[in-house]
Amino acid sequence: MTTSLQTEDATRPVTEPEDRNEPFLVVDDLTVKFPTFDGIVNAVSGLSYSVGLGETLGIVGESGSGKSVSSMAVMGLHDTKNARITGSIRLGGTEVVGLEESKMRRLRGNEAAMIFQDALTALHPFYPVGVQIGESYSAHHNRASGDTVRKKAIEMLERVGIPQPDRRVDDYPHQFSGGMRQRAMIAMSLSNDPKLLIADEPTTALDVTVQAQILDLLQELQRDFGSAVIIITHDLGVVAEMADDVLVMYGGRAVEYGTCKKILSDPLMPYTWGLLESVPELDSDPTQRLLPIPGTPPSLLSPPSGCAFHPRCRFRDHVPGDLCERELPELLAPPGHPDHLKRCHIKDPQAVLRTDVEPVGEIR
Amino acid sequence: MFGYIVRRLIGAALVVVVTSILVFTLFFAGPSEPGRALCQESRCTPERLALINESLGYDAPVTEQYAVWAKGIVAGREIDFGGSTYDCPAPCLGVSFRQKVPVLDILLDRFPATLSIAIGGATLYLLLGVSLGVLAARRRGTAVDRGLVGGSLIVSSIPYYLLALLAFLYFVSSWGIFPETGYTSPFSSPVSWLSGMLLPWLVLGFASSTYYARFSRGFMVEALSEDYVRTAKAKGLPERKVLRHALRAAIVPVVTIFGLDVAALLSGTFFTEQIFGINGIGRTALTAIGQQDLPIIAATVLIGSFLVVVANLVVDIAYTLIDPRVRLS
Repeated sequence: MTTSLQTEDATRPVTEPEDRNEPFLVVDDLTVKFPTFDGIVNAVSGLSYSVGLGETLGIVGESGSGKSVSSMAVMGLHDTKNARITGSIRLGGTEVVGLEESKMRRLRGNEAAMIFQDALTALHPFYPVGVQIGESYSAHHNRASGDTVRKKAIEMLERVGIPQPDRRVDDYPHQFSGGMRQRAMIAMSLSNDPKLLIADEPTTALDVTVQAQILDLLQELQRDFGSAVIIITHDLGVVAEMADDVLVMYGGRAVEYGTCKKILSDPLMPYTWGLLESVPELDSDPTQRLLPIPGTPPSLLSPPSGCAFHPRCRFRDHVPGDLCERELPELLAPPGHPDHLKRCHIKDPQAVLRTDVEPVGEIR
Repeated sequence: MFGYIVRRLIGAALVVVVTSILVFTLFFAGPSEPGRALCQESRCTPERLALINESLGYDAPVTEQYAVWAKGIVAGREIDFGGSTYDCPAPCLGVSFRQKVPVLDILLDRFPATLSIAIGGATLYLLLGVSLGVLAARRRGTAVDRGLVGGSLIVSSIPYYLLALLAFLYFVSSWGIFPETGYTSPFSSPVSWLSGMLLPWLVLGFASSTYYARFSRGFMVEALSEDYVRTAKAKGLPERKVLRHALRAAIVPVVTIFGLDVAALLSGTFFTEQIFGINGIGRTALTAIGQQDLPIIAATVLIGSFLVVVANLVVDIAYTLIDPRVRLS
């Protein structure tokens, strides 16, 4: 409990779901550190966001940007022996950080559920799919009979569009196709009607047609269940289709946060520009090369001084002096853009975007 | 599945045949003179030795000798030596030079003792070893883990014969904590069977459990880092069930090692039998080596190889039961 925000919070009981106006999930100044032999890995630093019921947040960023680590913290999946977690995560009013394991276990898979990428490795190869779905249900319904659990598994498989669910329920994951496995994974995570669903790159291992089906399914299920959804991805197409809000992460920090429309049409931060420029488009000149972001992701062991993106930033000369190298910019809303936060020293990013970025690679 | 088993059985039979040829060549056609065992030192003239060898058929070409020997296994045969004829019904593995009875009868008589050691010891070390391994993996990096790994290293660094000998000397001879060891048939007296086997089981189980503790710790640590274990946690399963998911995967390689281990135990536990005075296959083989009783030595090696081949087959078939992805076809 370090920030002023939390000192205020400390006055009210953390386990009681009061404050009806608070969004279902509130992450506040979350920091996740992993002590290793080489030093402390700062996987997530000072991350804050919130997702309400029925809303979808897209978290975007490259590998190692802290997307998955922060969502694992929401699920309480980090081993407390290896991870140091500070800040606050409130799930339906319950403080998750520091929550004892027995209480956390009751939230996991029940209030909040997670869909993992690559369902082939995320499903146990030795248990039938139905058993794995049923386990998820019976973990939170102690009195459910074997028969009820099996019926629930069949019902869930049917719900996610698996044909002949009463027969497929006894199949093993390797007998399912990639798309079906991901559907089974979704069925498993939804079996307790969770209010928060975290989908960690749910379509990465799938081909494009199946990707579209899975995304449709997720949207349909969200409409039916009214849950809050976090979708973690590095596919901006997925974000554009699914998300209400977008959080762009870089080097363990939020670098841009706002509505999906704003971020995709009016991005205010060079890293987001880079992400958008590197997206291939169907109607662009096929002979023209895609624009990659130069350099490599920052080391989380010894992060760059100042703005973590500065060693790779093409627009540093728009900032006077060596401000980018020296000082970490704060995540602030620029004048005239409330609800659109960016972490960048550039004073007038929209002008830079118009003059320097768009002529090179068009952003739509 | 059925076709696979038939093919594997044919393969296994071929391995046994090839092993039998090797065993035969090594022991019967090697530099040692088989007839020497029957020829008493003081009265052994070269003429008498030649006569014995001739009566046993050892002057015939090796291939012919093998044919006679192999035919005995399938159809049985009559063996003459020392002026008498011994009837050796199929499967005939020869007649002991010393005891003058068919080898198979001797081995069948000794097998229950070896089987008793193997069943008790193996059950004990599998359960103890896997439990300790799971415990160490679960408490990975803590003092419990380091203590278990270090302790198992120390115990497994002590030669087994020394451990068994010290256990016998102190626990039975000096302090008398454990009753006198030895084999009695469990069907005639279950109580004395248990009391005679208790210490051998404990010593064998304790010593070998250290290997199993290290194996299962390693496989368990690996399994615990798998994505599907994270999924199990994310579902909200209690830790006991999460561990079961991991163990379900970690147990597969342990089963392989265990199958081959049991085969080795069944073909004779030399030190255990010798030190605790249990008349099993291992002790019989040891005595036979001292007495150059070649039919017994050859038979124990052949049976050992047969058991290893069978164990391999059983392990492979067991795989289809424990890993649904393996389909035998």
